[in-house]
Amino acid sequence: MEKMENYYQKEIETASYEQIRQWQSERLVKTVKHVYENNTYYRKLMDEKGVTPDDIKCVDDLHKLPFLTKDDLREAYPYGLMSKPLSECVRIQSTSGTTGKRVVAFYTQHDIDLWEECCARAITAAGGTKEDVCQVCYGYGLFTGGPGLNGGSHKVGCLTLPMSSGNTERQLQFMTDLEATIICCTPSYAQYLAESIEEKGIKDKVKLKAGIFGAEAWTEEMRKDIEKRLGIKAYDIYGLTEISGPGVAFECSEQNGMHVNEDHFIAEIIDPKTGEVLPEGEKGELVFTCITKEAFPMIRYRTKDICVLSREKCSCGRTHVKMAKPMGRSDDMLIVKGVNVFPSQIEEVLLAKGLTSNYQIIVDREKTSDTIEVRVEMTPELFSDKINELSKIEREVNDALKSMIGISALVRIVEPKSIVRSEGKAVRVIDRRNLYNN
Amino acid sequence: MTINQLSIFVENKAGTVAKITKSIADAGVSIRALSVADTQEFGILRLIVSDVEKAKEALHENDCVVSITKVIGVEIPDVAGGLSSVLELMSENSINVEYLYAFITISGQHAYVVLRVEDNDKAAKILKENGVKLVTQADIDSL
Repeated sequence: MEKMENYYQKEIETASYEQIRQWQSERLVKTVKHVYENNTYYRKLMDEKGVTPDDIKCVDDLHKLPFLTKDDLREAYPYGLMSKPLSECVRIQSTSGTTGKRVVAFYTQHDIDLWEECCARAITAAGGTKEDVCQVCYGYGLFTGGPGLNGGSHKVGCLTLPMSSGNTERQLQFMTDLEATIICCTPSYAQYLAESIEEKGIKDKVKLKAGIFGAEAWTEEMRKDIEKRLGIKAYDIYGLTEISGPGVAFECSEQNGMHVNEDHFIAEIIDPKTGEVLPEGEKGELVFTCITKEAFPMIRYRTKDICVLSREKCSCGRTHVKMAKPMGRSDDMLIVKGVNVFPSQIEEVLLAKGLTSNYQIIVDREKTSDTIEVRVEMTPELFSDKINELSKIEREVNDALKSMIGISALVRIVEPKSIVRSEGKAVRVIDRRNLYNN
Repeated sequence: MTINQLSIFVENKAGTVAKITKSIADAGVSIRALSVADTQEFGILRLIVSDVEKAKEALHENDCVVSITKVIGVEIPDVAGGLSSVLELMSENSINVEYLYAFITISGQHAYVVLRVEDNDKAAKILKENGVKLVTQADIDSL
């Protein structure tokens, strides 16, 4: 007997490949025209490449279009990549705590609706129905995690607990008193909750059946650990603010890769060095094109996530292409406690405080929480024979880092030349978390 | 009026002080006084040595961050209340002592103590006016 599978929009989610391609072609043509006519920044990129909207007749023409990167978003900040007037927009969201590299995305009501619809598909795929109580403990605010899953949960009709992040005592109280059945948070927070539940001995009061976990990399080992300790099914979800937010892709009952919502977003895999599109099944950088958005439709946006796509038939019945868990980054971005951190931002702070660029970032995970340590070498100029002056430097760097990246880092001043160099260059980042299953 | 102190940055990990004392020893320089101030992560080793320049050079070669700090050396009688009388003088004249430490060796009936203050000239003047004998660089060199 075929297993029961719940869909939020069955006809779309199980549409034939031809149907998906047809939607993509129609919508791509429309979106390119819309962007070309309404966005001077992207029009300039197209003109430079000698591409006009007339050259884009179907999804096969996608490769002709220029890429967009985070650098473009920064350069065009804040309004340069909008394709609708501000008067049509109803919301902004922004990437987490990154002053130097802040990205602001704009949404019309239509854009919000389609984003929430994608989240609703994810919740439904995780078994969510209107009978469920959905506890959302992603941050609410500029971060897309909370608002996205909150909207999706409303669309499904779950009783939504808009908890936001933190305050574990209160999370557990609502989880048990209101008998939450679905939880949405980062996988590391899920592990932390599991630990707190065990410590309190309240496992029998927890009614969770599924969790939707994203915003950071996690391994199969973490999935097994969470599933066992919380007694749930743990589903992955993928997204990024630039494209909409969580729900760009989501896991189904097969728990083996995430279906990209291809009626809204076209996924490509490219060679990060040459920009060439790679055939299905090959590993490369994931690129997304929004084909239904109005205000901020990114075209060929390079995610920097290294990934593989697969069109193999899925047992859940969904036909949309599946992306594997990202296997790494083509840039040096770190995700620490769900926050995007670039080594260059840390370097900027250190140099501004008179320290050297001989630094090292060590990311680790203690129990379930990420830690970030910044080691920087002492210089003769900064050195003092007084302890309180050196402690003051550490404190100031700490504060400056916190306001730059949004999370606390442990700053350690170390002896000169004590940071390991390879071929004369300091090894900038040591990530001890081993988050990618490669 | 002042004597030269070597201030050296040390990380709080095994073997760092040993590395420093070894490079000073290898340079043929003797340590006359020392103190260590530390936090959880790092410390500052302060040394009075027989040849400051030679020691500094040796430490530089071993990639240490080292600086020379002017400090005051006082000779105090090796009797109860000897140090106290010097510190009371500082206190009466509102001179804040950042840190102090004693010499390893004592000469005869006296002990040498190192004082780190903000205003060396003021402190030296007051000490001299009150009959406290200051230790000179020459005194150190002849130890």
